[in-house]
Amino acid sequence: MQPLVTALQNEHPEWFSEVIEAFGETTFVVPRDQLVDACSFLKTSPEAHFDFLADICGADRGVEEEPRFEVNYHLFSTTKYHRIRLKVLLNEEDAHVPSVTGVWRTANWHERETFDLFGVIFDGHPDLRRILLPDDWQGHALRKDFPLRGYEPYSLK
Amino acid sequence: MGLENVIAEALPEVLTTRLDSLINWARKSSLWPATFGLACCAIEMMNATTSRNDLARFGAEVFRASPRQADVMIVSGRVSRKMAPVLRRIYDQMPEPKWVISMGACATSGGVFDNYAIVQGVDKIVPVDVYIPGCPPRPEMLIHAVMMLQDKVSKESVRDRRDIPEEEAREAVVPGTLPVTDGSTARQNTLPESRPYTIASRHERRRSS
Amino acid sequence: MSSATLPPQFEVVDRPLDTQMTISMGPQHPSTHGVLRLELVLDGEMVVKATPDIGYLHTGMEKLFEYKKYQQGIVITDRMDYLNPLGNNLAYVMAGEKLLGLEIPERAQTIRVLMCELQRIASHLVWLGTHALDIGAMTVFFYCFREREKILNMIEAASGGRLTPSYFRIGGLMMDLPAGFENRCKQFLNDFLRAVDEFHKLLSGNKIFQRRTQGIGLISAESAIDWGLSGPCLRGSGVNLDIRRANPYSGYENYDFEVPTEPDGDVWARYMVRMREMKESHKIAVQALGRLKPGPVKADAPKVVLPDREAMKSHMDALIHHFLIVAEGFDVPAGEVYLPIESSKGELGVYMKSDGGPKPSRVHFRGPSFVNLSALPVMSEGEMVADIVAIIGSLDIVLGEIDR
Repeated sequence: MQPLVTALQNEHPEWFSEVIEAFGETTFVVPRDQLVDACSFLKTSPEAHFDFLADICGADRGVEEEPRFEVNYHLFSTTKYHRIRLKVLLNEEDAHVPSVTGVWRTANWHERETFDLFGVIFDGHPDLRRILLPDDWQGHALRKDFPLRGYEPYSLK
Repeated sequence: MGLENVIAEALPEVLTTRLDSLINWARKSSLWPATFGLACCAIEMMNATTSRNDLARFGAEVFRASPRQADVMIVSGRVSRKMAPVLRRIYDQMPEPKWVISMGACATSGGVFDNYAIVQGVDKIVPVDVYIPGCPPRPEMLIHAVMMLQDKVSKESVRDRRDIPEEEAREAVVPGTLPVTDGSTARQNTLPESRPYTIASRHERRRSS
Repeated sequence: MSSATLPPQFEVVDRPLDTQMTISMGPQHPSTHGVLRLELVLDGEMVVKATPDIGYLHTGMEKLFEYKKYQQGIVITDRMDYLNPLGNNLAYVMAGEKLLGLEIPERAQTIRVLMCELQRIASHLVWLGTHALDIGAMTVFFYCFREREKILNMIEAASGGRLTPSYFRIGGLMMDLPAGFENRCKQFLNDFLRAVDEFHKLLSGNKIFQRRTQGIGLISAESAIDWGLSGPCLRGSGVNLDIRRANPYSGYENYDFEVPTEPDGDVWARYMVRMREMKESHKIAVQALGRLKPGPVKADAPKVVLPDREAMKSHMDALIHHFLIVAEGFDVPAGEVYLPIESSKGELGVYMKSDGGPKPSRVHFRGPSFVNLSALPVMSEGEMVADIVAIIGSLDIVLGEIDR
């Protein structure tokens, strides 16, 4: 994994400069605007060949944290069997990320889920609407300031 | 049944014990459940119908997919907020006489999940006759619950359950109440008008007190 | 029928039916394997577009994890993929162990492999029973559940719960296997291959079953990887990928098994892959059972793993540790991990993020059924409504994992 990391850092220092290595995993913090380019490069480059997007996972770092949201992309290579994580950090007021559905089509539902639960807007997504919560739900459920029991008791009225 | 309506309205002072016991025996021995398996309890319900714990010997022979042909609705599993109007609609589509068994901790009271997404007890939506605890309850517990329901059915009287008048039945469910999934309500950022659900049947008011 | 006999408000229009019909299949439907709603745009009997609408079982589990200590969260993972609860337990527990850096003793790893493979067999039996029931073969349903009862008995003997065992803990197992478990397991494994052959006899040579499953629900290998399919759905399209081989965990690299793959990419291929997987799981279980040696089943980490009851009752420090673990929980170092395992449905990944406290900051489960279902529109264009039922059955979805 280490030769791949150094190769990526040498080739594209503007995308892959921030690396976190912990617990045997490698995480790149990628700036938001170059996310799609970095992802297409990682998918097509022969040494990396990350053709499988395993998961897109949003996280809320805390209400007072700055940047508040992060979106993690977990990539996997079906030929070389290595894994990597890309992380994009977002502020609360400007929670927009370009969508990677053009690179991996499986990102469609993962991004809808992250939008539904966190309120992160994916620009360029073909069909961004709620997927797990009811369509008329107010609020985003997995944010830290959304109470566990919700806002109102259930009644059919 | 037309016979019950006639008896109840025309001859209110007539005792109907023999008729009651005959009709109750027929009803309790052929309680056909409507498939309403939601989550893990549904798998235990399926286990209760298979050869080791055979629910069919108690009369629950076929699980009817259509609620219009079913007698008892076994709510097995957690009811989420998105599913709750659907549950009510299926309950309203069942013809009288109907009963509800709430199977498992999540259907009874919300179970492990005390949060925004799960209705804390299905008796907030439909009137329940038998509650089964457990997470998930063993298939033998479901069989015991069906037997308890059979005891309950055998104590009823013919005059308690009549068909509700047609106008009241039609008002019970507003058509088109499944959620709209083209995102139109989400984009407008407004809540849709609340959908009125009236209490459909007279015996329900009696039961929920 | 001439227009003279019709009432005046009707008029006869001579126009062929060129409209498409949108109907909603579910959420209460006997063949959708749970509360799934499909919006089908139909042209007669042919499906033009099938859009899944999920969320009818959304339980907010990921939010619940943030409010529960690590040990308490294991119970919630059982209810996620309720056909493979030990797999969910394993993924969550191994993610916690990766964050803590624990070393799991060998007996615990062997028992984990054995129970996971038994659970995989049980999950595939439910898949086979319900899939065959949807296609029309009702006998197979009863036969599968008969075999499954034996496995559930064993899991109940080990952990106390048939469907929600919560048998694994961070640092090992809940407790050791009971006496007589190995004999029972050996007996079951001796009889199991004959049962699989019985299923083959009932289904695989049946012309009706073959006509209903071959050539239906095709997806190519590149499309499958692009849509993120994993597990038997991916191996049914010819891609040889198994997380137990690619990123081995819990000692899987020491076991001898094959990864079944079929090239066609249709419902029949996925059926054959899962049938062969049942036999491979049987092989692994036999090997695991032969490798069981006496030893500890919990890691040597007194601040994380609960001590034995006798030790707790007689030694003061064990009592203090027990009290602290149960009352306050143990602190997990800050960081994040993503741990994938091969569950019976595909790649089950756990993303666990900790900020140094006793409760996780974010736990996300990448459910394989969530991603497999997103490929349903691709597989079902141009098929008939009855084939949709077969395709959903072959995807082996569990709504608890999709909606979480």
